[in-house]
Amino acid sequence: MINHIVIFPVILPLLAGILLLLMPQRHLLFRRAASLAAIALQLAAAGLLLNAVNSGAIFVYALGNWSPPFGIVLVADRLAAWMLVVTALVATCALLYAVRGTDKDGAHFHALFHLQLLGLNGAFLTGDLFNLFVFFEILLLASYSLLLHGGGRLKTKAGLHFVVINLVGSTLFLFAVGTLYGLLGTLNMADLAVKVAGAQTEDVALIQIAGLLLFAVFALKAALLPLYLWLPAAYAHTTAAVAALFAIMTKVGAYCILRVYTLIFGTQAGPVSNLIEAWLLPLALMTLIIGVFGTLASTRLRQQVAYLVIASIGTLLTAFGMNNEAGIAAGLFYLPHSTFAGAALFLLADCIANRRDVMEDQFEPGPIIQQQRILGTLFFILAALIAGLPPLSGFIGKFLILQAALPHAALPWIMGVVLITGLFTLIALARGGSMMFYRAQAPHICHIHPDANLQRSGISVTTELAPVVYLLAFCIGLLIWAGAITEYTTVTASQLLQPELYIQSVLNLEVKQ
Amino acid sequence: MELLVSIIIGVLTACGVYLSLRGRTFPVVLGLTFLSYAVNLFLLVMGRLTIGNPPIINDNAANYADPLPQALVLTAIVISFGMTAFVIILSLKAFLEMGNDQVDGKHRP
Repeated sequence: MINHIVIFPVILPLLAGILLLLMPQRHLLFRRAASLAAIALQLAAAGLLLNAVNSGAIFVYALGNWSPPFGIVLVADRLAAWMLVVTALVATCALLYAVRGTDKDGAHFHALFHLQLLGLNGAFLTGDLFNLFVFFEILLLASYSLLLHGGGRLKTKAGLHFVVINLVGSTLFLFAVGTLYGLLGTLNMADLAVKVAGAQTEDVALIQIAGLLLFAVFALKAALLPLYLWLPAAYAHTTAAVAALFAIMTKVGAYCILRVYTLIFGTQAGPVSNLIEAWLLPLALMTLIIGVFGTLASTRLRQQVAYLVIASIGTLLTAFGMNNEAGIAAGLFYLPHSTFAGAALFLLADCIANRRDVMEDQFEPGPIIQQQRILGTLFFILAALIAGLPPLSGFIGKFLILQAALPHAALPWIMGVVLITGLFTLIALARGGSMMFYRAQAPHICHIHPDANLQRSGISVTTELAPVVYLLAFCIGLLIWAGAITEYTTVTASQLLQPELYIQSVLNLEVKQ
Repeated sequence: MELLVSIIIGVLTACGVYLSLRGRTFPVVLGLTFLSYAVNLFLLVMGRLTIGNPPIINDNAANYADPLPQALVLTAIVISFGMTAFVIILSLKAFLEMGNDQVDGKHRP
């Protein structure tokens, strides 16, 4: 049976992006309404898909009705649907923040936003390695333009580095894809998994090279240790709404690592089984340490949040790197939490920066922030959330990860690094928060004109903070329904560790003539 | 012929890696272009080098050339073309905004 809902997360943003490009520039309200309507539809589609895959079924959608492994297939399993829902939720909040005014700063914000979502959703759904490359390029090209949205010297500089390193990454991706195709004659992921398991001895070394090249590419997208240097500048200098959306972009790398190295190079891959097991866990732990060092050394709040994103990728890949069911399940619980919390902090950092005049978000005593009570409270809650303090969802995520680490051989390392970095995160955030909120001075001391903030008083604090509160509410939702969600992530992890389910559903697909 | 093609790919890649590590944006853009040429050629020959074989079904043909790498390389060429155009405009923008063509925006005399 063909389930057409699978194609909707790809078609909807594509159509929305094209329509928004065609709409006249002056009709800003129309474009905002159309953009919000499109994202609402996408949210609904992702929700329906999640509901459909919850039975354990894997839906395979053969594009152009070519029977796999010849055509391109979209595959919706539990993991893909989970990622789609998280993406749609983050994108909704980012867009709600953007429609307050930052979307006016440059042309085609909404069109680019939806094209970025097209790339993200496509990458989560596709079952073909070359198609994954194409969706990567779509999401990257949209992200280049979104990163530069609004213009400015710092954005251009960060953007240039981001673009160049990602172009090199794309080249490596193509080399890896070409090698795999040359050796195995297929690019369909399910078919690759079968062919890799039965690879001939003389090809094994080359397949390993291709697999590790792919790992380098995904590690670059995920900002894993040696390849994270592009992230802090890019995320810290871009517009808040874009940075919030980018919080999911590093998770694409983590998703690809999870997908490719459980399906193609997983435990059943014969000569190349568990290809990256020796690499992933140490690199993830070191990424976590470096990310937390970055948060301690940051001089600005947005920079600090960017390093928190790196630290969260470290935590997430630590969970995936344990390569057992409990670890992957814990990681899949931690993933939405860290995405929501990171996005919320980016948005809140922008709210704070807007109220501190020339001081922006630097960690120096500045003017007293307007509406400091509500902003300070939100900052406090988000800091506790992201540092993993009980009773919030970050605590449950980290608790599940540590619990999953108990039977693992690297338990002392995982336990030590995760707990100590948690403490340092808390110190870094407390330092930043006290600098901005407690040591604020009256305007005359720091030579800022007392009326400087008055022009901002017209901003409605409700609409400004609503997206932050929504993201926080999602995290609290994760906390309240933690039982049901961990149940879902556990069955997702067990589905991932039985790649034969995926392979059978793709390769045994009967195409109607 | 295999040796010739592999040497060409190797030289192109080496030039690309060297140029993309330079400090100015123009060599970097050239280096990225070389890298994309190298990878396009690499993808094309992954269907194995054959001469005079048709890629589509033909009653008289004994052997076939693999058509899929040709389709893949077409996609890759289009994408790398678009990316090169984007990175050229971006480096021009960086040159105009920062006043020099260093990749990190800092002028060194």
